Amino acid sequence: MNFNLIRFIQAAVSNGAPLLFGTSGEILTEKSGNLNLGVEGLMFMGGAFGLAGVYYYDKAAGDSVSVVTATIIALLCAFAAGCLGSLIYSFLTISLRANQNVTGLALTIFGTGVGQFVGEYMRTTSAGSGGFISVSNTLKEGFIASPFPKAMQGIPVIGPLLFSHNFFVYLGIAIALFLSWFMGKTRKGLYLRAVGESPATADAAGISVEKYKYLATVIGGGISAIGGVVYTMTIAGTVWMRDGLSGEGWIAVALVIFCLWRPINAIWGSVLFGGLMLLYLWLPVPFIPSQIYKVVQYMVTTVVLIIVSMRQKRENQPPASLGSAYFREER
Amino acid sequence: MNKKDKAPLIRIAKRSKSVLSPAKVWAIRIASLVIAIIIGGIIFAALGANPFSAYGLILSSSFAKATGRRQVFKLMIPLLGTALALAPCFKMRYWNIGGEGQITMGAMAASYFALFWVDRLPAPVLLLVMCLAGALFGGIWAAIPAVFRARWGTNETLFTLMLNYIAIGIVAWLQGGPWEGKPGSQLIPQFKDKALLPRVMGVHCGWIIVAVLVVVMYVYLNYTKHGYEISVLGESENTARYAGMDVAKVTVRTAFLSGAICGIVGFMLASGTNGSLQSTIANGAGFTAITITWLSQLNPFAMVAISLMMAVLSKGSGNVQTTYGIPASISGIITGIILMSMLACEFFVNYQVFFRRGKEEGR
Repeated sequence: MNFNLIRFIQAAVSNGAPLLFGTSGEILTEKSGNLNLGVEGLMFMGGAFGLAGVYYYDKAAGDSVSVVTATIIALLCAFAAGCLGSLIYSFLTISLRANQNVTGLALTIFGTGVGQFVGEYMRTTSAGSGGFISVSNTLKEGFIASPFPKAMQGIPVIGPLLFSHNFFVYLGIAIALFLSWFMGKTRKGLYLRAVGESPATADAAGISVEKYKYLATVIGGGISAIGGVVYTMTIAGTVWMRDGLSGEGWIAVALVIFCLWRPINAIWGSVLFGGLMLLYLWLPVPFIPSQIYKVVQYMVTTVVLIIVSMRQKRENQPPASLGSAYFREER
Repeated sequence: MNKKDKAPLIRIAKRSKSVLSPAKVWAIRIASLVIAIIIGGIIFAALGANPFSAYGLILSSSFAKATGRRQVFKLMIPLLGTALALAPCFKMRYWNIGGEGQITMGAMAASYFALFWVDRLPAPVLLLVMCLAGALFGGIWAAIPAVFRARWGTNETLFTLMLNYIAIGIVAWLQGGPWEGKPGSQLIPQFKDKALLPRVMGVHCGWIIVAVLVVVMYVYLNYTKHGYEISVLGESENTARYAGMDVAKVTVRTAFLSGAICGIVGFMLASGTNGSLQSTIANGAGFTAITITWLSQLNPFAMVAISLMMAVLSKGSGNVQTTYGIPASISGIITGIILMSMLACEFFVNYQVFFRRGKEEGR
């Protein structure tokens, strides 16, 4: 039983990458005061549409297939699917003031259905695949390869820890860093937080509440959906698995709480959660059953939630208007 | 908002209660349902299936034969039961989305007696004990976040959500460990006949419990002191406090009640539907019920209709898959569209929309 810490961290990072996207997107959404419980559905949609885009591109391009183009197609398809899904959510909750919890759940039901449907449809309609779709090996390997040169990956310890991950990991970190800078350091970010904390105050200050809520929710949904395609492209090995994605979206919602609504925390938080999800395989302790390992992340999140509410530190609280619709007439 | 002398293109105002008659309100809701069904029909047509025969198949597979009807009722019982359970919480504006976990915990407690006390108790007592244990555990599982909410204001939406997964994890552990039947099977053995709910008219008698609950919940919410306290607290916590109500007590009591009913649903699933316990025993009922409760406007009788519709859709879609080769996940898509369309229509019930050039004769 030799536990290789460096290889474990590598596995944790790539397992956490979908969560990093899901969580970053949901943080952006929640900061505007919208609790979108549809992340699960969005990730399913992203995963299925991203895979569909890559699959049909791969078929059309044949031997001249390029990993860069495929990656861009995957990201765009997933992002567009996520934007579309969360646009429905935004229209219902922001313009029509429907209840956010219920709308989010409806989006989860809808999105999971759409994702499963697209996945199944591709599987059953693609001829000669034997009910199993997958893309060419060039792409498969391209998606999980590190963008850094071999020499850098070869550096002991630092190489595998910093330079050996797939492209999506670095993209996720870049998005999280950008969001962190955007929310913390820019005026627009300040406005966004104001909308999430107290829409009435923001409105009085001349900030367009609807615009900020729409943009944050739609873009956030798009980012979350990329998490789905990252899962199918890297962890699932470009194969559509019926229940592969189930639960990822909910873990992302949990991770948002764990990160205290800060994108920068999502970077290490996703590695931690990604690791916790794998720990039962890597470090089995005889007297701790694997099923209990699997709920550790939820327990930790619950404890964080309780402690945060007990300590009442203002900077750690959920956005004050989280979950409630805003209607100017009701101020 | 661009120029001050221009009125906005669309102006929205809240309707006062008197504007729409109940008949009109229901007309709007039914219209939205029809629109959703038409959209679903367009999807069927786009996939190469005749929408009329596809919907016809969904209905006929659910109602034409006794086996179909039984399956629909089996699917409907947990949905309706959980929807009823969540109603008091939602009326209190307390977002219990932990129905899934409360069902699972209730099922677990009931299964404990079914597995280990089956030889020690006579059948009626055993079933009663199982039911009470389910109610107690489901209730406690729901009361935990309520206590934290009442004392420290912990966000109950997120807390109950997390508890779902913890409950499922605990049962998964029991399933693969202490309660495992055949070693390596990862399954809990089937209950003995004594621990199974008796059947009435072909379906386990849980439907009688749920049917009674529909009426009881209607009375509880509308004609009792508790129901009144819940609705005051839901409207305004401060009003409730000024009126001398013990907010913490009402919150925890209501959450416990809600969880207890979920727990009973769990007991019915374990003892009636499955005859055993699995970690996936709730199978999404806790989540689907949230949408049912909300769409029915907390009216128990409307819940009966909506949960029936959900059950028919999920039963019928399986037949659509075998007949037309359309994946059964189409039911998720259609359910989603129906839910969203009905959520959207509430806006037109509650608000009035004026267009800039339209005649503004609204009150």
